[in-house]
Amino acid sequence: MTTKARSPRLRARTALALDILNHGALILVALLFLFPFFWMVSNAVRSNAEVLAIPVRILPNEFQWDNFTKAWSQLPFGRFFLNSMIVAGSVTVITVVVSCLAGYAFARLKFPGRDTLLLGYVGTLMVPSIMLIIPLFLIVNGLGMVNTFQGVILPVAFGTFGAFLLRQFFLSIPNSLEEAALIDGASRLRILISIIVPLSMPAIGLLSLFTFIAQWNNFLWPLIVMTGQENATLPVGLTHFQTQQGTQWNYIMAGAALSMLPGIVLAILLQKLIYNSIALNAGMGGR
Amino acid sequence: MTLIEDTAVATSAPVTRPRRRSGPREGRTAFFFLLPSLLGVILFLVLPIIASLVLSFTNWKLLGKPAFVGFQNYVRLFTADPQFWTVLRNTLFFTAEYLVLNIIISVGLATWIASLKRGQRWFRVVFFLPTFTPGIAVAIVWMLIFAPGGFFDFIMKSLSLGVPNLLTDQTLAMQAVIIVSLWANVGYNTVLFNAALDMVPPSYLEAAKIDGASAWDRFWKIRLPLISPTLFFGTVMTAITSLQVFDQIYVMTRGGPGNATATLGYAIYQRGFQNFQMGYASSIAWVMFALIMALTALQFWLQRKWVHYDN
Repeated sequence: MTTKARSPRLRARTALALDILNHGALILVALLFLFPFFWMVSNAVRSNAEVLAIPVRILPNEFQWDNFTKAWSQLPFGRFFLNSMIVAGSVTVITVVVSCLAGYAFARLKFPGRDTLLLGYVGTLMVPSIMLIIPLFLIVNGLGMVNTFQGVILPVAFGTFGAFLLRQFFLSIPNSLEEAALIDGASRLRILISIIVPLSMPAIGLLSLFTFIAQWNNFLWPLIVMTGQENATLPVGLTHFQTQQGTQWNYIMAGAALSMLPGIVLAILLQKLIYNSIALNAGMGGR
Repeated sequence: MTLIEDTAVATSAPVTRPRRRSGPREGRTAFFFLLPSLLGVILFLVLPIIASLVLSFTNWKLLGKPAFVGFQNYVRLFTADPQFWTVLRNTLFFTAEYLVLNIIISVGLATWIASLKRGQRWFRVVFFLPTFTPGIAVAIVWMLIFAPGGFFDFIMKSLSLGVPNLLTDQTLAMQAVIIVSLWANVGYNTVLFNAALDMVPPSYLEAAKIDGASAWDRFWKIRLPLISPTLFFGTVMTAITSLQVFDQIYVMTRGGPGNATATLGYAIYQRGFQNFQMGYASSIAWVMFALIMALTALQFWLQRKWVHYDN
């Protein structure tokens, strides 16, 4: 009797113990994984001499939290931050507007060659971006837009992915909503702005998020176009200080932390949106 | 094609008369809606693709007049350039090791996370974080970790493992690049595969469990085949990006020591924007494109052997 009664309880206990062990082990792995973030901040708030000290110290002798404000003003990280905001923000706005218009045309309007054109749009997604770098630079150079914001923004603001993504989403919106407005004499643009766009906020949000992050993190393109230091975006600005004499590693770490902040905040706040969008990819992988 | 048929039907059927009348007007609206996108795509996508191909057959050096040189750039690449084969080998070596490790680690982490009863989403966020941060900042932080006398050397010394400094070692420098690339990017595939595992119907696993299948068998014979389409998608996308690796190398090694970490992406930058050999760099870009196409085609061919699509 007793063995019979105890054995399920024992089994439940071992299961619980294993479960705790399983969680604990993965927490350990996750903490190890987060180490580079810790190392970055730990080195951002110590003196430069201590960054270079051998043997290394895990924690600074003295926490210099004002390194962040010093880095912001002493090296022009404030300016880089603003430049990055302008570039990533403008590309996002242009991409969303252009993709909404094109996506709507693909989803709702009839015109000759529509399917072929859409196929062409999807096909361009396969072209590696690094291949276009040289001719794009030559075009920007020819237009006299080297070291200007429009030179960095325009060539990357017309990706075809957005039009395709929004077209897919627009197709899922019932036609009947628009038909009523059409009969009332509303223009297509009116319909797009006041009916379709408000209903498509999840997809537009997703497109905005991924466009913004991709541009915020982009390196090679702004490196090539923004030849003047004052116009550098954050990733490019960070590398400017790498080769200078007497590199101030603590400030560079502070700048690196600064550049990571928007992405980290967005990844945490919008984790549900990100997961759902990747899950959509996972689901489509089989189709 | 379907469009022409639609119009034909509309003409013959009087019922759809109002739709036919909106036909040409709809075409004009579509034109204006598409115009901004089309202009951008033609100027910044179609034209550059064509220009890149044309350039690869010239000797343009930015200053001076370009001359058409036929296949000379390509011939020089494969027969005369002392660096090219090293660069090609480095790129393939990086792609092979990085791709295999990325898939193994992300499948492992995804499965591990899926086995948890609570807190799944927080673990997903942790591993996903580097994906949303600038690759350059990540590389700079890791460069400090790998610096001579830095944290990595400190750990190796403390464990008395005789590992030399990674960044200054000819054979090990690429391993440093691979470690950084894995840390930066493994999170995306982890979340991707974790999402796919979440979609496996629990009833399948329950049924297998009741039939006495071990956890090992359930993983290899049920879960893995069921997520294989997603696995395939992730592998193809990862391969395409890894052939283009550039950021980490630019920051950490600049292709060195020697040419030990120079890849195709780095060679394009070096030839194009340091030596201004626009024609020659374009031919390297087309070799890379051909490589991407070949690897993708190979993977599509191989998928018949291991990817299961259910209908």
